[in-house]
Amino acid sequence: MSLVELKDIKAGYGGAPILNGVNIAIDASDIGVIVGPNGAGKSTTLKAIFGLLTVTDGSVTFAGQDITNSEADRLVPMGLSFIPQEHNVFTSMTVHENLEMGAFVRRDDISDTLDEVYEMFPDLKAKRRQNAGELSGGQRQMVAMGRALMSKPKLLMLDEPSAGLSPRYMIEIFEQVVKINRAGVGILMVEQNARQALAFATKGFVLANGQNRFTGTGQELLDDPDVAKSFLGG
Amino acid sequence: MNDLIFFFNQVMIGGVVLGSIYALGAVGITLIFGILRFAHFAHGDMMTMGGFVAFVLATLVAGMGLAFPLPTGFIVLPFAMVIAAGIALGIDKGFYAPLRARGARPVTLLIASIGVTMMIQGLIRLFFGTSTRSFFDTEPKTLIRIDVPIEGATRPISFTEPQLLLVILTLIAVVALHFFLTRSRLGKGMRAMADNPDLAKVSGINTKQVVRVTWIIAGGLACMAGTMLALDVSLKPDLAFNIVLPIFAAAIVGGLGHAYGAIAGGFLLGFAETMAVFNWAVLLRPFRDNLPEWLEIPSSLALVQSEYKLTVAFIILVVVLLVRPTGIFKGAST
Repeated sequence: MSLVELKDIKAGYGGAPILNGVNIAIDASDIGVIVGPNGAGKSTTLKAIFGLLTVTDGSVTFAGQDITNSEADRLVPMGLSFIPQEHNVFTSMTVHENLEMGAFVRRDDISDTLDEVYEMFPDLKAKRRQNAGELSGGQRQMVAMGRALMSKPKLLMLDEPSAGLSPRYMIEIFEQVVKINRAGVGILMVEQNARQALAFATKGFVLANGQNRFTGTGQELLDDPDVAKSFLGG
Repeated sequence: MNDLIFFFNQVMIGGVVLGSIYALGAVGITLIFGILRFAHFAHGDMMTMGGFVAFVLATLVAGMGLAFPLPTGFIVLPFAMVIAAGIALGIDKGFYAPLRARGARPVTLLIASIGVTMMIQGLIRLFFGTSTRSFFDTEPKTLIRIDVPIEGATRPISFTEPQLLLVILTLIAVVALHFFLTRSRLGKGMRAMADNPDLAKVSGINTKQVVRVTWIIAGGLACMAGTMLALDVSLKPDLAFNIVLPIFAAAIVGGLGHAYGAIAGGFLLGFAETMAVFNWAVLLRPFRDNLPEWLEIPSSLALVQSEYKLTVAFIILVVVLLVRPTGIFKGAST
């Protein structure tokens, strides 16, 4: 049984559907990477899983339970966590408060998880009393990841975590993603830097026009001449 | 010296009292705006309604023949706040929540709140009539006088007991609100939702619960402000409707959505108003003898006549919107 499974998802914002039958399956041990051209429905797929837009057809299951069109306050306690691409920190709140908000659904002691996150991102510990709005783009992304990890997710979904970051931060974020995955958290991410991301992906999904075009391991997609030609810039 | 004490009594005490009431009202407006993104026009009437709830309770308590060392209005205030918070929740559930569920735009909610304004005022007039009432029909309003130990000062600093209690209670409310917003899980959740509603939702914050807490706080503080305003002056159906403009101005001046800004804005507006209507000629009179003869001090040197004091809020609002549209306290964080 997959950790999360999308079967023939169709979804949109009320007008013409953006997703026209997307199939994705991820295990807890997987790093799944969704790549594809602009407007292919990559981010929309993540939002559809997280109930941020209406799924009109198909089903989403998480750990065997149907979660199609569920709201976030049910999904987060179940073990899903989502990092939006933009506006993914509370700018007027301190780093520490941002992390606390990630643990809003938890009623148990969160200090161990806090320590883990600060250990993972030592930069944040030094800045924990600063407002997240005052941090650099890379540090904000770390706050966003830390916030998402505070709920102890089983599946972490990231929407273009490297967007707008310098190569140094991009590498650090990717390294942390791999580390989080090794700790037993399934990863599903959308990435523009397709080559770098597919290099460590255990599953790759190429979307185009709201449908799966290619599916395979990251290495298979990188080696596929068609994928390379059409979607990875030759 | 007496003139300075007169100034203190009129401007400083008057400003603190008025500022406290504005601040409590403006906090509610700014919290509602931060969480629900609409200008809650009916807030003034929620204040008036809170005053009437307290009045009914005070009358009941007085009817039981109980006597207290403090004015009855203050004794019943906590209970009135609980009832008013419940009514605020009911108003949201009955009028605003259904609109939100249909995805109504903020302007629709604003119009709905104008409807709620009329409804509350109508209900108050229906049950209580249009007359002016006082909390102090059955008990005296204590006047506190403090003599100033300076030679030549015969006039005492004076204020009423309700005014003193009002300022103390406002202080307590502000400190309590501060701790709630910075220390409690729900308070932080409120700030998170005001900061970034989408991310708050994604984080699993129970946004419906946050909305409920917002109404409880806003309704409770509105009742507190309305009751204290009624204790300071008198209770009538359009009590707070008349000051909804300066309250909105205070919230906007402080930066909509910022609780501390609203408090500062409230006091700013309060002092501005008392200073604008103060007759500054009083302070010049002692120097009358030293002034050249051609310079005569006019009998009234107030910037604004007190009938037109609402213009003060307007002017401050317009100036702030022109110079710093986000409000004076927003600059630092976003």
